[in-house]
Amino acid sequence: MATTSPAESVPAPPRVSLFDRQWWSTFQGVLIPLLSVLTAIIVGSILILLNGRDPITAFEELIRGAMLEPRGVRLTLVKMTPLVFSGLAVAFALKCGLFNIGVQGQLILGSVAAAWIGFAVEGLPPVLHVSLAVIVAGLAGALWGAIPGVLKAYADAHEVITTIMLNAIAIQLASWMISLGSEDGTLKPGPLAAKDVQDAIPRTPEILDSARLPMIYKIPFGVQMHAGVFLAIIATVVVMFLLTRTTFGFQLRMVGHNPAAARYAGVNVKRMMVLSMVIAGSMGGLAGGMQTLGVNFGYEGNQSLGLGFDGITVSFLAANNPLGINFSAFLFGAMDAGAGSMQKEAKVSPELLQVIQALVLMFVAADQIIRRLYRLRTADERRRQRLARQHRAIRQQQAGQSSESRAREEDER
Amino acid sequence: MTEVDIGVALIATIGIGIRFSVPIALGALSGIFSERSGVVNIGIEGMMLMAAFVGFMANVTLAQPDNAAVLQHSSVRFALAIGAALLAGGCMGLLHGVLSIQYKIDQIISGTVINILALGLTGYFYDPEATLPQDVQPLLQKFKNPFPESSSATRELFPNFTLSFPNDIGQIIFEKDLITYLTLGLIVFVGWALYNTTWGLRTRAIGENPRAADTLGINVYRLQYTNLFIGGMIAGLAGAFLTLAAVSQFERGMTTGRGFIALAVMIFGNWRPSGAVMGALLFGMALALQNTLQGFGVNVPHQFVGMLPYVLTIVVLAGFVGRVQPPAHAGRAYEQE
Repeated sequence: MATTSPAESVPAPPRVSLFDRQWWSTFQGVLIPLLSVLTAIIVGSILILLNGRDPITAFEELIRGAMLEPRGVRLTLVKMTPLVFSGLAVAFALKCGLFNIGVQGQLILGSVAAAWIGFAVEGLPPVLHVSLAVIVAGLAGALWGAIPGVLKAYADAHEVITTIMLNAIAIQLASWMISLGSEDGTLKPGPLAAKDVQDAIPRTPEILDSARLPMIYKIPFGVQMHAGVFLAIIATVVVMFLLTRTTFGFQLRMVGHNPAAARYAGVNVKRMMVLSMVIAGSMGGLAGGMQTLGVNFGYEGNQSLGLGFDGITVSFLAANNPLGINFSAFLFGAMDAGAGSMQKEAKVSPELLQVIQALVLMFVAADQIIRRLYRLRTADERRRQRLARQHRAIRQQQAGQSSESRAREEDER
Repeated sequence: MTEVDIGVALIATIGIGIRFSVPIALGALSGIFSERSGVVNIGIEGMMLMAAFVGFMANVTLAQPDNAAVLQHSSVRFALAIGAALLAGGCMGLLHGVLSIQYKIDQIISGTVINILALGLTGYFYDPEATLPQDVQPLLQKFKNPFPESSSATRELFPNFTLSFPNDIGQIIFEKDLITYLTLGLIVFVGWALYNTTWGLRTRAIGENPRAADTLGINVYRLQYTNLFIGGMIAGLAGAFLTLAAVSQFERGMTTGRGFIALAVMIFGNWRPSGAVMGALLFGMALALQNTLQGFGVNVPHQFVGMLPYVLTIVVLAGFVGRVQPPAHAGRAYEQE
């Protein structure tokens, strides 16, 4: 039976598709998050239509409120600042393979700590005072982050559960610290509570002027833009440097990829886990510090709830890339900033944005949905499909030849 | 303040404590359904909230005076509203399943999506003007106490400590609504079924070692989907309890962490229904006791009582006291070969 070998029958130079190249998969890394956001916005538009409102007006108002006026841009930058920090808090722990759901708790304690330094320490020059407050906010978050890190490393308690629990504990702890106490005096007010509260809303005293973050734009009754966004950029650079340019960062990522291999290579895995949670926690604490020192000038209960959870979405949208987190935080900050004008002018309640953010997280995580929706294939899939096609062609060829030869044999007989 | 009778306060505390524990116990049971079949569920809170909202809206929509009289009848309304709540919870459970089983995304992410989505959707569609008409009674009434006060003997056991014999027992056992009894029944049934039926054995098997279970011919994915749907419905029952029984009102984010307490209780109870109900009762009673103690002038900051479930969970999880054992394969997606 004379059959040619498959290698000879296949055209020798492999067809190089435009889509096999490295840049295509890099490009998809950007394309899929963008398509996720787009799809989430489309679903959001349907929800707006369901409520009898006009989605075009709503998103026009959103963009106008967030971007088109100088006031909007400033508001976006203010809203984006804590999101960068909370995004970094999620990403940094994830580089070490730990899932930091506890940003919310770290953020709350950072807020409270910053407020405490802000009103209790007197007589410091502004530069020193605000620096001290920022550092203490970071330390408070770091401490709160260290707990799940230690529990994970030395007691094998899963960090997701412990951080969820620590979130709830932080909320209760902060609520007690600023509580008003009972009227009959049987319950003392919390240690950080403001004494002269008029409206029965528990809060800390207002921080001193020297503890406020420097204002870039200071307008009475307008949007004050604080310098926190620069701190966020500095933090991004520091995190990137730590992760990619230092031995520490290398070891940390090693633990994230394969803890067993890292241990054999002589990395102190437990220490890395604790340290990564400490640094992640400090980022969470700084997120809270920015809110206290730049926006709220004190801590009030139920303030900035949700910012910590937004960090998860922000980080995942950026594929946990510190630089990308700045972009996704900008996007989410813009959504927050435009929510007000969207509600006022288009009568769409801001909870819609929460729905959109949840959908973004869902689509980014389950990128198969997006790929199927937009017929996107990974470079790997393309290669596999092409190989399968060639394989089929060879089979058919062989099948044709063998049937021919069989026919010939029958003829001879 | 010191005039309050301790006996009366005690009976009231137990009653309130049971009411606090019902949604927590249901939530924990919901968590057991999904985690025992190998899917970590931190989305109990979202499932509860969604169901609470849907049940409430169904109730309000049906009770509007211009509807047909059949729909306005309280038992029809009850059946439909609770059905809607159960379905909403079940659908959230299925969403969790589709994301974490079909698309194999991290189960923690999937749970986070459910929590944020529920918060957003309920907040977006909530209309503060949607309330029950004035004259409509809340759906879930408490049953009557068969021992009226008049026929009971009130005895002062100690100074300032009176109990009236059959009436007090009646208050604790009979003055409850339907969902409370249903919860009790569910916990007993699931606690039995998980260890004594084929379904229970299979569920535990896929939570511990899905590959082995698959080799023995169990359809892992189908069982996971089923259990997630049922678990979602149970969380839905907890939600329905919040808006149909406890209060007939919905507020944005009204579950206020009950789903997370349920998660804590589930872990604290070592992933067993019996442990979950004990944990739920413990925390329910602690919360009620803190309320009561205020009446006696003993003021424990409620925040410390509120922290209790979470602190205890960390303690048992870290193995400081005792040790809990999660299902071996919970948290990882099962890949069929």
